[in-house]
Amino acid sequence: MKIRVSRFAVVLLAGAYLYSFTLTVLAQSPQAGEELFLSSNQVGHYGGHLVVSLRSEPKTLNPVTSLDISSREVIAQMTGDLIHINRLTQDTEPALAKTWQVSPNGLKYTLHLRHGLRFSDGHPVDADDVLFSFKVYLDEKSRSPQRDGLIIADKPVVVKRLDAYTVVFELVQPYAAAERLFDSLAILPRHLLEKAYQEGKVGQAWGLGSSPGEIAGLGPFRLKEYVAGQRIIIERNPHYWQADRKGNRLPYLDDITFLFVTSADAEVIRFQAGDTDIINRLSAADASVLERNQSIHLDDLGPSLEYNFLFFNLNATVPAQSGEITRKQNWFRQVKFRQAVSLAIDRDGITRLVYRGRATPLWTPVTPASKFWIDTAIPHPARSVDQARKMLQSAGFSWKPDGTLIDGAGSPVEFSIVTSASNSQRTQMATMIQADLKELGMRVQVVPLEFRAVLDRVFQTHDYEAAVLALGGGDVDPNSQMNVWLSSGSDHLWNIGQPHPATTWEAEIDQLMEKQLSTLKPEARKLLYNRVQEIFAENVPLICLVSPNILVGAKNQVANFKPATLDPHTLWNAQELFLVGKGSTERP
Amino acid sequence: MKQKYGMTILLICLGLLHLAVFAAGFLSPYDVAEQDRELPFAPPTRIHFVDARGALHLRPSVCLLVEDSAQFGAYHEDTQKCFPIRFFVDGPQYKLGAVLACTRHLFGVDPPARLFLMGTDGYGRDLFSRFLHGGQISLAAGLLATLLSLGIGVLLGTASGFFGGWLDAVVMRFGELFIALPWLYLLFALRAFLPLNINPSQAFLLLIAVIGSVGWARPARLIRGVVLSGKERHYVLAARSFGGSPLYLVRRHILPQTYSIILTQAVLLIPQYILAEVTLSFLGLGVGEPEPSWGNMLASVQQYHVLVSYWWMLLPGIALVPVFLGYVLLANTLQARAT
Repeated sequence: MKIRVSRFAVVLLAGAYLYSFTLTVLAQSPQAGEELFLSSNQVGHYGGHLVVSLRSEPKTLNPVTSLDISSREVIAQMTGDLIHINRLTQDTEPALAKTWQVSPNGLKYTLHLRHGLRFSDGHPVDADDVLFSFKVYLDEKSRSPQRDGLIIADKPVVVKRLDAYTVVFELVQPYAAAERLFDSLAILPRHLLEKAYQEGKVGQAWGLGSSPGEIAGLGPFRLKEYVAGQRIIIERNPHYWQADRKGNRLPYLDDITFLFVTSADAEVIRFQAGDTDIINRLSAADASVLERNQSIHLDDLGPSLEYNFLFFNLNATVPAQSGEITRKQNWFRQVKFRQAVSLAIDRDGITRLVYRGRATPLWTPVTPASKFWIDTAIPHPARSVDQARKMLQSAGFSWKPDGTLIDGAGSPVEFSIVTSASNSQRTQMATMIQADLKELGMRVQVVPLEFRAVLDRVFQTHDYEAAVLALGGGDVDPNSQMNVWLSSGSDHLWNIGQPHPATTWEAEIDQLMEKQLSTLKPEARKLLYNRVQEIFAENVPLICLVSPNILVGAKNQVANFKPATLDPHTLWNAQELFLVGKGSTERP
Repeated sequence: MKQKYGMTILLICLGLLHLAVFAAGFLSPYDVAEQDRELPFAPPTRIHFVDARGALHLRPSVCLLVEDSAQFGAYHEDTQKCFPIRFFVDGPQYKLGAVLACTRHLFGVDPPARLFLMGTDGYGRDLFSRFLHGGQISLAAGLLATLLSLGIGVLLGTASGFFGGWLDAVVMRFGELFIALPWLYLLFALRAFLPLNINPSQAFLLLIAVIGSVGWARPARLIRGVVLSGKERHYVLAARSFGGSPLYLVRRHILPQTYSIILTQAVLLIPQYILAEVTLSFLGLGVGEPEPSWGNMLASVQQYHVLVSYWWMLLPGIALVPVFLGYVLLANTLQARAT
């Protein structure tokens, strides 16, 4: 009896095994009345499995609440937005909305949905899904990070339905580049999420444990399988709304496997070994190792939107027990002190040693990747320890005979720089800064901490003196950096979330940024933004260091591979990717 | 006889290594924190006895190292520009034995040439100088932590073995708790709570305190065992019946029985604790940059590109092998002698 049961189980298991390895979803052939988006890519062929690595396991598959990069990277493949920013041209292009009109006063956007759209479970899409989606994003109870972007001049965007295929968005004041707001705002399936929303549980829906049947979206892929701690597999969405020039419905790939590989070094090793097909952010040093490999090609896409910087703790509220920090803030708050530090840092050395020349020295957070917005008139003072010393002297600092820098009260200038231990580039930069500032007589300690501990100190407890961190924009448009610029912003790192601007120059930046937000002409906005950059460069609240180039790699078999400066660099056109030759990687 | 001979060689080698590490400032040509940003990842410098024209010189010389413009970290020698190695030269100031300030170094070359016996790291720092100075920290950490943990171990082990009863029970249960602690995670937690501004010497003391105080339980158990059997010996019982005080008994009769065990334990613990320092610094919990230790020097090999491209970065790790071998062989010999 016992034997029989186990034999039965074996047959069942074998069946399940075969099922999961042989069944691929075929793309639906286009239906009458369906308005497909025709992509201009090279025509490929169906089939193939793509394997890529993720630096960490996603936290959720819920587009409403996701925050971390890994979650967003997977979700981006499973969801669709109304208007999309083409990662290559950096311009907006029609997505779920085939066309849109803006009223002359810039307050009203009318969007026309494509006909024949279906979610990945086959359920048709109409204007009610759009209305539902925005209701969820705007509801405070959903705790969506996207909500802030949809509040303009303290008023939420009003969404109205004209008919089943037309939606109107009304703003209270003109908003520059408003159509860019729609990018990455996933349209949600009302038929699957409305119940959860009404119970107030939409934030908890679509966790990693969800079965594929519970999740549907408008992206090129849909959930197939999730194995905790190992991988997540997404398969072809047979109802996707894009087709190639010949009318073949995209995507070409049968599925994409995301492997969770926790360190940059492990990612490189697995890519080198052929376990993964694409690598999304490669350090220059690792690129120099991979260059010797003939079966892959690497792309240097030039400067990224990421900027690395050193900054001092200027927060008004620091932990009460650390009088040290309050005392040292008297130095940090002096503009001349920060300027002197900036002058003493060897940015060219960092570029050479840490990034092997594949980076651009920076003096403001606007990197050369924002070709239109960067103010090229910002001075780039060369490193000068002498000038830095003069500047410190004029600010009341002096030197002891042994070379130690002391402040007016005679206490030596020493502070610590926290940085994330897992990011070797940032630790290297901090170590170089340490040596640079030693020439000014400052005693600096580099404290590599676990990344989460760094974030906790910077964002929550304010228990740090200085830190080396990096930020990266999702978009070239200045609006995407609003949280950094505004003194009330949550990413205004040196002094987070001020109720009132602490300094006059921060107040001026606030005003300029608010003003550019409601200015519609790009040229006028650029003038305002130039002024912001000037003020920033004078006051150096963040001592910007370098912007690393984006380096990506792919196996030679991956076709239609067009990496872009904007996130996600490599998989933004996953629907167009296909594998040539024998190519496809064996599934792990 | 033969073993004795090997033992002498071993002791001399270990002694020389420790002496070299002690005199690190004198033997190393450069300051440990000095970054030569023109020469990152430079390979060990070649020493020439024959010049470009083929003439033989008794005084060795080195040639100027020039970076290939095409590739980062690739160098060639300019054989036209060679500089003789000089001995007893003036250089950066150092402190011999942490007290005596000197500027004299055993060897050096005139700038712009550089002499890197073990190559440089990614910042262009001389690995040979860092290796010797790093040894100061790693070896001292091993020795001091051993002293600390054996001190605690002897004290508690003797007390609990000699007096027995509730003291024995408390100390031994406490010891078991220490053995069972997942102390690596404990250390991570500890580091997160510590103030950020600890200077390298404080970090060093902390390191010793942590390594030493965590490891007392095992030697304490061993010594307790020896004491337990020792105190029942007839001459001890006799001394006791003549009215010897507990302190007298322990000092005069019981502790001498433990000496060989303590010595062997010490020689076994030293390499273990050197390794503990290396592990902690490797994980970023030990002495911070720019101070070198063998552990934080090895930490850079965590990076894949360093591991596959620059073999000389592994030298501090390779150097650990003979050190450990020396100590373990020493322990073996001591044990063989004791029994």
